[in-house]
Amino acid sequence: MDLRYGPEYERFRQEVREFLAETWPLSGEEAKLERVQQSARFRKRAIARGYLARAVPRAYGGSEQPPDVLRASIIREEFARAGAPLDVGAPAAQLIPTLVAHGTEEQKRAYLPGTVTGELLWCQGYSEPGAGSDLASVQTRAELVDGEWVIHGQKIWTSYAHWAEMIYMLVRTEPAAAGKHAGLSYLLVDMQQPGIDVRPLKSLNGDSHFNEVFFDGARAPADRIVGRRGQGWNVSRSTLQAERNAVATADTTLKQFSELLELAKSTRRNGRPAIEDPAVRQRLVEIEGYVTSHEYSSHRQLTCAARGESPGLIGTMNKLVGTDIATRMARLGLEISAEGALDAPYHHAEMLTGGSGEANPVARFLHSLSIRAGGGTSNIQRNIIGERGLGLPRDFAVQKRKAPA
Amino acid sequence: MNFGLSEEQELLQQTIDQFLANECPPARLHEIFDGEEALDAELWRGLMELGLGGLAISESHGGAGLEMVDLALACEVLGRHAAPGPYLGHALAGVAIELGGSDAQKERWLPRLAAGDALATLAFAEPGGIWDPSQWRAAVRDGRVDGVKEHVLGGSAADLWIVGCAGGDLALVERGAEGAALEPFDGLDRSRRLDRLALAGTPCELLERGAAAAQRVRDAALCLLSADAFGGASRSLEMAVEFAQQREQFGVTIAHFQAVKHQLADLASEVEPARALFWYAAHAWDARPEQSERAAALAKAHVAERFVHAAYETAEIFGGIGVTWEGDIQIWLKRALFDRVYFGDTESHRERAARLADW
Ligand SMILES: Cc1cc2nc3c(=O)[nH]c(=O)nc-3n(C[C@H](O)[C@H](O)[C@H](O)COP(=O)(O)OP(=O)(O)OC[C@H]3O[C@@H](n4cnc5c(N)ncnc54)[C@H](O)[C@@H]3O)c2cc1C
Repeated sequence: MDLRYGPEYERFRQEVREFLAETWPLSGEEAKLERVQQSARFRKRAIARGYLARAVPRAYGGSEQPPDVLRASIIREEFARAGAPLDVGAPAAQLIPTLVAHGTEEQKRAYLPGTVTGELLWCQGYSEPGAGSDLASVQTRAELVDGEWVIHGQKIWTSYAHWAEMIYMLVRTEPAAAGKHAGLSYLLVDMQQPGIDVRPLKSLNGDSHFNEVFFDGARAPADRIVGRRGQGWNVSRSTLQAERNAVATADTTLKQFSELLELAKSTRRNGRPAIEDPAVRQRLVEIEGYVTSHEYSSHRQLTCAARGESPGLIGTMNKLVGTDIATRMARLGLEISAEGALDAPYHHAEMLTGGSGEANPVARFLHSLSIRAGGGTSNIQRNIIGERGLGLPRDFAVQKRKAPA
Repeated sequence: MNFGLSEEQELLQQTIDQFLANECPPARLHEIFDGEEALDAELWRGLMELGLGGLAISESHGGAGLEMVDLALACEVLGRHAAPGPYLGHALAGVAIELGGSDAQKERWLPRLAAGDALATLAFAEPGGIWDPSQWRAAVRDGRVDGVKEHVLGGSAADLWIVGCAGGDLALVERGAEGAALEPFDGLDRSRRLDRLALAGTPCELLERGAAAAQRVRDAALCLLSADAFGGASRSLEMAVEFAQQREQFGVTIAHFQAVKHQLADLASEVEPARALFWYAAHAWDARPEQSERAAALAKAHVAERFVHAAYETAEIFGGIGVTWEGDIQIWLKRALFDRVYFGDTESHRERAARLADW
């Protein structure tokens, strides 16, 4: 056992630090660009050095590096320390490996270069009003008419649909197929077109990050299908575990824990800092036990990945564990703030004009619900842990489900 | 970066696991648990023949010269099987003499401890829930010690007690020494027998650097208890999973009921991440001394709580069997309650962890 990275990797870390010191934040005229543009310029430089888009071939704008989880982990640590943009986040992050694995040559050339820098913005059109946890029952239909897909239906909870230029979506193309999983296809569709109507949904915090998206005769060229007709389920599933593991990671959890500590130090209760209250101290250390377990479990999984071994049971539970910790931290944050828990999550007037501002403990608490639902609810995670991790039988209800009418 | 086990470490665990599966299956465990013997000599001899007596004792003194991580991995397996006996005390006595003994003291005791020719244990606790070396009151004067030590693991079976004394000193007291009186304690976890040790003018020999070693020995104890607790917790979970896949009600195994499946999944996600926490605490003891004291306190508090929770939930999943003396889980539940309090309870270690971080 040795938690040090060793001399070769420490040299690499030094190299990354030097690169970051020179390149981030941007300076001069570039510093006046919009955030998205700044990030894109920076990412191009980082890709050229082999730091980002490591699993994407050079021909498609990536840096095509041999897999090395330790280097990847050093890059994450150092970029986070410098506050520099990392690889693009969800939803584009799920599309990239999907396109690399299943896309046609034309699709890869057309979409990957812009996607890896973050210039081309995507949203993910999976969920529908009738298809949440039971995603395979999507009803939105696409028919091939004169060489074009014509799409009718509705998506919901579509994060960033109001910004995105494109949507990758699951649609039903083979209504006659046996079994609901068999009839789905995976399409890439332009958002800026008359057949698409985006309506924002307001979250309980008052902000609007997700939307309803209505499709009424929206179109996409026939070659915008990823994988074969009727194979959309498998195409979309291939990157799902990665999506789950990206929620409430050890890095995020550690950062939130240090913010919680700051809150406990800076908030006064009964005339003294909350952190001096014995009950608060007990709760903080209790939570730290979970946080540290999560942190070192991620080191364990890194070691498994480096050895090419399966992480086993622990690999099925990262999302549930991480989101449970987030909830515990959010609860304690509320309790520490005492009367502060009567505050509006964000400044209301600011919200009305589209701003959001700093998240207070109330906003964090309310937000902790979002990550429990998105990316597969906690109960769905429990099914996965039970079935894949512990080898328990599958649910009756799920075994017997039928194709939608 | 390597935060995983080596082949040797896996082999060590498999060897102990196999031995205990053969020599201490649940039926035998119940016999020992219910019996009157202070020590099951046969099982103890078997463990010593495996070389467990000297895992962390240096090779020059007849041990295997391994690290705290290895000792913790051994304790994990002992916890899995709820193995009876004073192994924790014996292993820690070796650590104490390694760290604090003079050359002569090491020469004299370590080879015998490694071979299992002598059984040693720690006498650290004092009445009033005192475990911390800074609070010990047993007084040494002119080579004699006076005081009362409680909850001495395997006290009546031991040939040598390492007694915590005022000023954080550690004194060697041999079995049969004048003025030493043992009184068996009617404890909850009968797989780990405790005694009260009263010392009145008892001849003793101070460890040369005992005061410097005592805190480190305490931290080692917390690492090993968290390992034991993890082993017990993960075995509790396994027992629940096995039971759920066998027990039928309403015409199917109860594992088919989502309520049961989710109970087990929640339990797994409470238990499995804690593995990395006890590894980390033991590794910090070996390699990151500046983090070790706090890591040990954090791990002991956290993992012992997970064990109590796991054994309790598992007992519930067993239904009626879970609340019988004949059932197996009661033994693990009692081990969990022992681990939670031994060497200081959860609340005291959490408060220490807060103080050590300058909160
Ligand atoms: C912040 C946020 C962002 C999102 N962004 C996107 C996005 O960009 N694109 C997208 O496609 N989707 C997105 N989603 C949707 C998300 O994937 C769904 O909310 C999620 O899959 C759950 O579906 P549902 O909301 O319909 O809940 P339901 O599936 O209706 O679940 C309701 C309750 O029933 C429980 N339940 C359901 N099935 C089972 C079962 N088999 N066993 C036990 N309990 C069960 C659930 O755990 C839950 O508690 C987002 C969601 C959130 C909260």
